[in-house]
Amino acid sequence: MFEAIAFYLFAFLTIVMFYITVTTSQALHALTALAAGMILISAFFFILGADFLGAVQIIVYSGAVMALYAFGMMFFDTTRELKEKKGNNAIIVGLSIIAAVLVVVIFAAPMVSTNMAAHYPMVADAGNTQEVGIVLFTKYLVPFELAAVMLLVAMVAGIVLAGKKMDLSLTLMDEAEIQQIKDEQNKKVLS
Amino acid sequence: MDTAYLIETVIKIVVILLVFSALAGIGTYFERKVLAFMQRRLGPMNVGPYGLLQVAADGIKLFTKEDIIPANVVTRIFKIAPVITAATAFLAAAAIPFLPQFTLFGYTVHPIVADVNIGILYILGIMGVGLYGPLLGGMASANKFALLSAARAAAVFISYEVVTGLSILAPIMMVGSLSLIDFNNYQAGGIGDWIIWSQPVAFILFWIAAFAETGRTPFHLIANDHEIIDGFGTEYSGMRWGLFFIGEYANMFFISFVIPLLFLGGYGDGSFLGALALLGKMAFFFFFFLWTRAAWPDIRPDQLMWLCWKVLMPLAVINVVITGFVMMF
Repeated sequence: MFEAIAFYLFAFLTIVMFYITVTTSQALHALTALAAGMILISAFFFILGADFLGAVQIIVYSGAVMALYAFGMMFFDTTRELKEKKGNNAIIVGLSIIAAVLVVVIFAAPMVSTNMAAHYPMVADAGNTQEVGIVLFTKYLVPFELAAVMLLVAMVAGIVLAGKKMDLSLTLMDEAEIQQIKDEQNKKVLS
Repeated sequence: MDTAYLIETVIKIVVILLVFSALAGIGTYFERKVLAFMQRRLGPMNVGPYGLLQVAADGIKLFTKEDIIPANVVTRIFKIAPVITAATAFLAAAAIPFLPQFTLFGYTVHPIVADVNIGILYILGIMGVGLYGPLLGGMASANKFALLSAARAAAVFISYEVVTGLSILAPIMMVGSLSLIDFNNYQAGGIGDWIIWSQPVAFILFWIAAFAETGRTPFHLIANDHEIIDGFGTEYSGMRWGLFFIGEYANMFFISFVIPLLFLGGYGDGSFLGALALLGKMAFFFFFFLWTRAAWPDIRPDQLMWLCWKVLMPLAVINVVITGFVMMF
């Protein structure tokens, strides 16, 4: 009974949060609702007994949405409402309903035909974390390593993009050197 | 799920909430006294004997002060931000075993609310979410200083989480579990079994990251009084500001429990002496938070990021690699 109550409560809250994310015109409301929705999803993992995935969901998405906040801070005055260009409401509502129905059908179809079986059944006496590890390093080793390589590529690209003056470090310089750099920049502006 | 378990859990939650809300208040008294003695002052002296009732006076002031919502703030977010800080601090406490299990009137009590098998991950994750409080409060406040502090909160969050995660990885590899109770049992043999002897680097890194996590002095840049007034708290008044305060102090207490449980043997074999030892270790780490505040200056945000990414993170990675090699061969 508690499981059912918890499931419906968190399902309702998650949907409300993502609805706010999509509909509000206030950037801060949208970001906060997104973060709340992401964290509420972890509740489903906890209900299903997948504690490790639940905790990872919280850690990963709280960090990811934090980065979005940083962007929001840079690009908008987040205390003001944005004026949005509103398109045709009927098209938006219709398309989102069709998309939602499609997703439900895609995931529900195998369940209806009742040929669902766990490909990788639970290993007896192995904890939650170990089970994730076993599947990750046997069946899904190649996608896992590919994801790692992709992240490495993204990291290198980020460093190249951001690192135009990587040989300079303001932290390691003393005040005189910093002042010298500032003076040079000022000269350029003046001349 | 039987009724006894439900009642027990509810009682545990209420006890933890009451004890640590009260401790957060008393923590401010300790902080002021310790700082005062280190700076050759007396600290609070007027209200009650040795100023002990100062806590109550502050409480009354916070509760009765007018709750001002300034113009131009994003009202809903502004109101909810302090609650996030306080709530997440206490949520994290759910997976901390505060004492060894004991028998009360023939009923065995486990002083941990939820013995999840990923305790340490859960605690670190929820404590990380706690930084949303300063971030949201700062961004909602229509105030330049508050916005600066929100930007710093994001920077701190992104920097220290990597260090905590990686530094804790090496001990986790040794213990082979993420549960704090397993950590404790691994070190139950006595002082020689403590993880600090085999993982001194991880211990120091985690300790440093704990300062960033709680926003205490060397890394107190989120609400640095002499630079950005009170940062995210500038526009807050009354109990909403008080909730930020309770959250910060509760976090300090909880992290002071987690460090000894991870590295310093926790409550050991579970005897009465072991429980006292855990409380003693907790008191030392709490005192150390106050000590650094009296002794050390604050660092700049760029210095914190430099420290976390260029010094602590490589050290943590090297530590993990070396631990892996030692365990393999």
